[in-house]
Formats: sequence, C-alpha cells, structure tokens
Amino acid sequence: MAVDTKYKDVEAMEDGSILLTLFNGGIRNDENEHIANLLRRKSKILIAFGSCACEGCIPGLANLSPVGDIVHTAFNTLTTDNPHEIYPRASFDVPEGELHIPKLAPILSPLDAVVDVDYFMPGCPPESHQIAAVVDLVVKVVKGEAELPPKGAAIGVGDSTVCDECPRARNVKLIKEFKRIQDIAPVDPTLCLLEQGIPCNGPATISGCNARCPGAGAQCIGCYGPAAGVLDYGARLLTAFASVIDAKEPAEIEKILDGIPDPVGQFYRFSLSGSLLKANQEAWKVKYTSSHHTKGE
Amino acid sequence: MSQEKIGVYVCHCGTNIAGVVDVEHVAKWAAEKLGGQGVVVARDYKFMCSSLGQELIEKDIKELGLTRVVVAACSPHLHEKTFRIAAKNAGLNPYLVELASIREQVSWVHTDKAVATEKSKAVVAGAVARVIENKPLEEIKVPINPNTLVVGGGIAGIQAALEIANAGFHVYLVEREPSIGGHMAQFDKTFPTLDCSACILTPRMVEAGTHPNITLMTWSEVVNVAGYVGNFNVTIKKKARFVKEELCTGCGICEEKCPKKVVDDVFEAGLGYRKAVYTPFAQAVPKFPVMDKANCTYFIKGTCKACEKFCPTGAIDFNQEDQLINVDVGNIILATGYDLFDARRVSNYGYGRLPNVFTSIEFERLCNAAGLTNGNIVLRDGKTAPKSVGIIHCVGSRDKNFNNYCSVICCMQGLKFAHLVHERTGATVYNFYIDMRTAYKAYDEFYQRVLEEGTLFVRGKVAEVTDAARYENEKGKLIIQVEDTLIGKQRRIPVDMVILSIGLQPRRDAKEVGKLFGISCSTDGWFTEKHPKLDPVATMTEGIYIAGCAQGPKDIPSSVAQGAAASARVLDKILQKEVALEPVKASINADKCSGCRICNGLCPFNAISYIADDNVSNINPALCQGCGTCVAACPAGAISGTGFSDEQIMAQIDGLLMRNLEVAGV
Repeated sequence: MAVDTKYKDVEAMEDGSILLTLFNGGIRNDENEHIANLLRRKSKILIAFGSCACEGCIPGLANLSPVGDIVHTAFNTLTTDNPHEIYPRASFDVPEGELHIPKLAPILSPLDAVVDVDYFMPGCPPESHQIAAVVDLVVKVVKGEAELPPKGAAIGVGDSTVCDECPRARNVKLIKEFKRIQDIAPVDPTLCLLEQGIPCNGPATISGCNARCPGAGAQCIGCYGPAAGVLDYGARLLTAFASVIDAKEPAEIEKILDGIPDPVGQFYRFSLSGSLLKANQEAWKVKYTSSHHTKGE
Repeated sequence: MSQEKIGVYVCHCGTNIAGVVDVEHVAKWAAEKLGGQGVVVARDYKFMCSSLGQELIEKDIKELGLTRVVVAACSPHLHEKTFRIAAKNAGLNPYLVELASIREQVSWVHTDKAVATEKSKAVVAGAVARVIENKPLEEIKVPINPNTLVVGGGIAGIQAALEIANAGFHVYLVEREPSIGGHMAQFDKTFPTLDCSACILTPRMVEAGTHPNITLMTWSEVVNVAGYVGNFNVTIKKKARFVKEELCTGCGICEEKCPKKVVDDVFEAGLGYRKAVYTPFAQAVPKFPVMDKANCTYFIKGTCKACEKFCPTGAIDFNQEDQLINVDVGNIILATGYDLFDARRVSNYGYGRLPNVFTSIEFERLCNAAGLTNGNIVLRDGKTAPKSVGIIHCVGSRDKNFNNYCSVICCMQGLKFAHLVHERTGATVYNFYIDMRTAYKAYDEFYQRVLEEGTLFVRGKVAEVTDAARYENEKGKLIIQVEDTLIGKQRRIPVDMVILSIGLQPRRDAKEVGKLFGISCSTDGWFTEKHPKLDPVATMTEGIYIAGCAQGPKDIPSSVAQGAAASARVLDKILQKEVALEPVKASINADKCSGCRICNGLCPFNAISYIADDNVSNINPALCQGCGTCVAACPAGAISGTGFSDEQIMAQIDGLLMRNLEVAGV
C-alpha cells in the first residue's frame, strides 16, 4: 500500500510494484497528469476511482468556460481584492531560485484521456459497500480465488440502470410537464418520479447505488454515470426524455422543455468532461489555438 | 488492421457521378490508402448496377475471396437490393454489402470537382469502416395473411376490391359514408362518352355489396393500424347506424315517415334535402339507412320515434353504439379519394354571394335526372332556364394563390357541361379556359364536337364575376370580366348562369390518414407513391398501396386502372404466401433493461411489451420493423438495432472524418 508521502518516494519505487491504485480526481493541470503517468507506471491495476477520475464530475463543468475566464473569475470575485491584476503564473523567479506551480490545462479531462486505465469505478462518491466489494475481489484475485473482469469494465456497479433497483411503480411514460421537486406537493411516494414530471436521471444511470436518491424521495442526478456500452450519458438521457414528451405542436414541446432550465446541469452534471463533446466551443478554441495560454501569463 | 478482405466499387453512373467526381481517382485512392482497413481491390465502372458491373463484383468475391463489399454509387434506396443480390449470388451474405451514396449525397449536390472528389473519398472511407462492423444477417420469412383491406368505396376502391374478391380472396371494404359509390355516384354523365354515370357504376356497387368475398363496412372508419406487411391488425370503428342491419329490408318506410327534413350538403351538394334517417341516394349500397343523430328529433327532444313505429321489421334501435371491430389483413389499399376545392375562396367569382354562380358538383346534381330538378337545368330560383351560361375552368387550380397543380379533370368536365347545357336548354355557352387540356383517348374528339356544337371559347383567366351592371344589356345578368388573350382585349360577357369548374384537393385529413397507415404525403398533400413512374401504386411502406385520386387528381378510367393495378400488386403478394422481412430488427438485452418503460409507448408497430414479472420490456421480432425509435430512446443502451449498432455508426463517423487513417499517414 502506498502511503501518503512525497512524490519522490513514489518515483523511487519499482515500476509495477503497486498492486492496486484507486485514482481520485480528474486531470486539470500538469501536476495531475504527472501523477497519473507516475502511478500508471508503478501500478499493476489502475482504477479510475469516483466520478471525477471516470468522467470529470462537477469540476468538469468548468469546461463550459475557457480556462482564462476561470482564472479571471477566481481572482476577481467580490471577496478577492486584486487591484494589480495579479494572476498565478506557472513559473516565478524569486531570490531563492525559480518557483513552479502546476499549469492549468485548457480543459479538464478524465483519467483515461491521459493514461491507460484498467477499470472504472464510478459514483460521487462510490458507495462504501461497492468499494469493499472491489477490494475484496482484488484480494481474492491475489489468492487465486477469482478472476478480474475484462479490462476497461466499470466495476462496483450493477448490470442495469437505477430504475432496476428503484422500488417505485412505473407505467408507460407520457410527460406533459417537467417540474422541480419542491413545486410538487405532495410527491407520490410510490410512483416513478419521472412520471410525476420530476426529471429523474435514474433511467440512464448505471445501477449499483441501490437507488438511494429515488428511494429517499429525491430524483437521481446521475452521479454513477452511464450504463455499460453507452457512449454519451447526456445524449442518451436527452433522447430518452425527448421520446416521452407528450406533445405534438412545436410550441407545446418548447414549453415542456422549458421545464428543464439548466440542460447541461440536468444531462451532464457529472459527465461533461467524459462526453463526446467534452467541452463547449469557447473552451475548445483555447485548447486548439493557444493550448497553454492563460490570462496573466 | 482489419482482418477483412474488402472490395470497393466506384460507379460512374454515366456522367451522373463521373461528371462531378473523379471516380477513377477515388478508386485508385481507396486501393492505395485503405489497404490498412482491409481494402484489397478497388475498381471503377461505368454502370455498376448493370449486369456487367454486378458480374465484376461477383467475380471478385469468388476469385479474391472478398468478405466485405462497398459500392460507391447511388442511394441505398435505389440499388442496395441489386448489390445485395449480386453478393448473395456469389456466396457472400448480402448484409456484408454497404452502399456509399456518392450520387445523391455528393455529385448531385456539388459543382466543384475537387471538393466532390474529396468528399467522395470520405464517404467511401466511412462505408469501409462501417462494413467491417457489419454482421451477416438472415432474412426472416413470415406467412402473408390472404385478406385485404380496401379503404374507400369510390370507383377506385370498388374496382380494387372486386378484382381481389374475384380472384378468390377476402376483402374488407371500408367506407366512411353510408353508401359506397364515391363522387362518381353524384355525377350525371361521364366524359367523353356521355354514359350515364349511375348506369355504369351501380352494377359494380351491387356486385361489391353482394360479393361473397367482400365484407362491406360502410359508415365505418379505420382508427388504428398495427403490424406490418403480411400481418396487419386493423381496428375499424363501425359508427352506430341506429338501424339493425340484420332486420332491415331497405324498404324506405322509415325515411318516408321521418318528419325531419335536412339540407343534404354531402350527396346533393346542398341542392336537395334528405331526412334525419336516410340513404344518401336510391341505389345506395348497402340499402340500410343511417340515422343522423345530430338532426333526429328523438335524439334532440326525446320524443318522435316515428321511424320505429312504422318500421315493419322492428329494425330501428336507438340504443345502438359505435363498435370497434378488429380484422387481420395482409395488405392494404388506400383509395380515399379527394375533396373539392372550396369555391368561396376565390371571392372575386362570387360563389356563395351571387346566387346564380354554381360549382361543378352543384351543376352535376342539377342536371342529374335523380336530382332535385329532375335534370332540368334552371337558375337558383328553381324554374328559369338560363339563356346564356359561362363555364370557368381552372377554379382553384394552376393558380399560385390556391393550388399550383392542374386538377386534370376540369377541362373535360367543363366541355361536358357545355354539351349538356346546349343539349338541354339551347342556351349560348361560353367556356373560359387558360389552356385546353384534352389529352387521352377520345378526349380531343369530344372537344372538337363541343366546338362544332357552337360553344364559344374564350382563352383567358376570368378576373371577376359581378352583378354590377354598367350597360343596359348587363342588367339583371352576371357579368364575366375577362381578358381574351387571343384578341388581346378586355371583355365583359353578360350571362344568366356561371358554372365554376372547381379543382380537386387532397382529403382534408389526408395527412392524419397517411400517418395512421405509415405513408407520406407530397407537399400538396396527395399520398406519395414509391416511384412516380415505375411504381405508381406502391408506397414506401410495404404492404400499403394507393389508388385513385388519393394519389393525385385523375379521371375515372385512370382511377379504375389504378384500382386494378393495386389489386394486382396485392394478389402478387398473396400468391407468394410468405414475405421475407428485412432482418434489421431491434432487440432488448434483458440483463441491461431496467424496466424504466421509456420505450413502451414509442413503438409505431406496437412491438414492445412490458413483462411485469421480470420487470423488463420485450420486443416481438415479428412485429419490429427496425425503425430504430426505441434504440435511440433507451436510456440504458439496452436496446440495439441490427445493422445500426453503435460500433457501425461510430466506425462510419471515424471513417468519414478520416480519423482511422491518420496512422496510415493520409
């Protein structure tokens, strides 16, 4: 087991000497990338652990802005007095020598964008019983009692989607209106939330959490990510919702869709960075024009 | 590096493709640069679809042991089948052939040769990448139900029904009105032979009504269609007649005794009356009357029941309700006919405002011996015979403001009216036409005849029909203001009566009916045929055929010919006994299905059911048509569509973007 220590200690280890690495977090800067490469080299099994490493998670929503805007915003908030327009720099000369801080990448990427990943363990956070099961499995593999799943698989998850574990009753779906959960009183405790007009992401989200949120009366927000084989979580969910909208006239359809005021937050809250599009146009432009430029540099 | 041996065949399509795309270069490029993808041979040929072109492919499959084929030619719509058969002949599974459309998607939409050639390469690369992911598939054969549904009991529908019934197969003939017969039953004479319309039509109606192989369902409408070619399940709403058909003898006493008179604006075009319980005309088939609930005194006030009191067989039943009847059929013919153009829309012709302006259908009823005036041609007052009559052609047709198309029948109809007015009143007749269209057998001879009879022809589009007289001789008359383009002058022609030869329009519910049966309409609203020249009665939906004016304006002989043609197509299907279904189907992976039921209401063919015990949805492969709706909708990615897997589509996109070629140094 690698303990919390200095990078140089890990660098000194023999390649492949770590049996199992659970890698947390996405790749936002060159330090993240360095650690990813380092741990890949040192580990027999590298697992993208949690939504951040798997598909970018909430930090991935920053891909909606060019990196310069992110820095600018961070150093110019109401509580940050920055009269001299001072921004972080990757390197800075001080009397003692040159200082370095990690350089931000144009967009945030999931782990598998920079290194080869053996398994993906999604969730924000992964459920504790699933973590225990995965560790158990690896132990069994070491003892020769079990085999590893095929490379690239999602582990610590179920076969299906959240609805499979959800106790709520469901019918043929026809949606006339999308509503926020607080605007419905009372929410029927036994009926499918989506059928009540609450945009629940359960149908598209891989199972494994025991449908905790819908079971507790709140809609699934999709932290476990897509089902196996799905290329783009948000696109899948979007077509699914669109398919069951019960209207024919364009104006009526528009009105129903207005019930989802933040489509990216609804469909890509956890998965934007790992989606087919990965980022919006403005952020992409930065990546392709001046890939290391940030404001103030 | 692909394990497949792929052949790429680039078609010139004469100059259709080669005129814009450097096809030889595309073939050479594919051979050189797509080797890494498994392309072992690439050729170009003048007409790939010709037998020589097909032989080229077959030979390569056999001699080079090709495992995949890409044909860069026209849309798969046109020749996919051709090349699949060629592959099959050479022993290759037909579904391992992929068409790259470089005609419809490239040469026909580009003019710049360099750009078109580059795009062709991308389309070919996409097809190559995709075909690698194609899986061999086997066609599914299902039996064909020998019964046929014919919708619409006009002459086209009657003809189709009789042809099939006479061949020994059962037909369900569904008609929305109380009687079959359609528009033809309303006409007096038919052009150009001047046969009495009823005399030639009613024997056919009777035959259809009594034929042992025809189940006639009038006052009925199709409300749901499920299934696919060979195995449709159709729900028909049989509206309550309030008359028990099994007891009614059609004696007509109910109609005679009914105290309620209603203006008949359907069959009599508003020129006559009918009762609240009625048969639309004397020769109606079937003979059973229907009760018009909205106008029946009993239904309105709760008392009367005169019909019930006098009915000798006790056939009146005020408690009857609409019935839903389910029938299984293998094929469907839509002969739903047309609506007439609403003459009120051309307000300058004064219809509805000037009493003596008549529409063509009103005139038909006026001069019909069975109509209100017993065939006497008189003005709206019911007694005065006109001394002069103006007949205006192209009303609502060939007009940018209304319908752009020619309604086909109006010229001959206008000539027929001219003849009838002449014959019966001796009045002076003017025909106002834009162009005289008398194509087809014996039509122009009829025009000559009407000319010789002394009808006056004025070439020009009528500007206005008015009763505002300017001169003494115009007083009390209708004045037709027209530019006579042959003499280049404006004319004002006073007449007693004006007849508007109104055009034909698609049924106002044609779009909904099309949707119900899964076929499309043209921009004008007529049902779209599979091929405008070579497949005029088939549609893009297998097992659904069209006939008569539902497909576009046409005269009686053409409608009859189409009815017969559609029936021949149906008989062909019936006699094949089974139909091969495309193996392109969707299927659900039960392990991945969460039973969320998003897909349940989406299937246009009702192929999806929900199995509550297992909490999964299921697709019936016999019903699935492979449309892909559910595949796209499944949020769990549990439904996959054969022939359109994610792997195939993503590979094709990669190919189109030449992404997989970067390693090959392209």
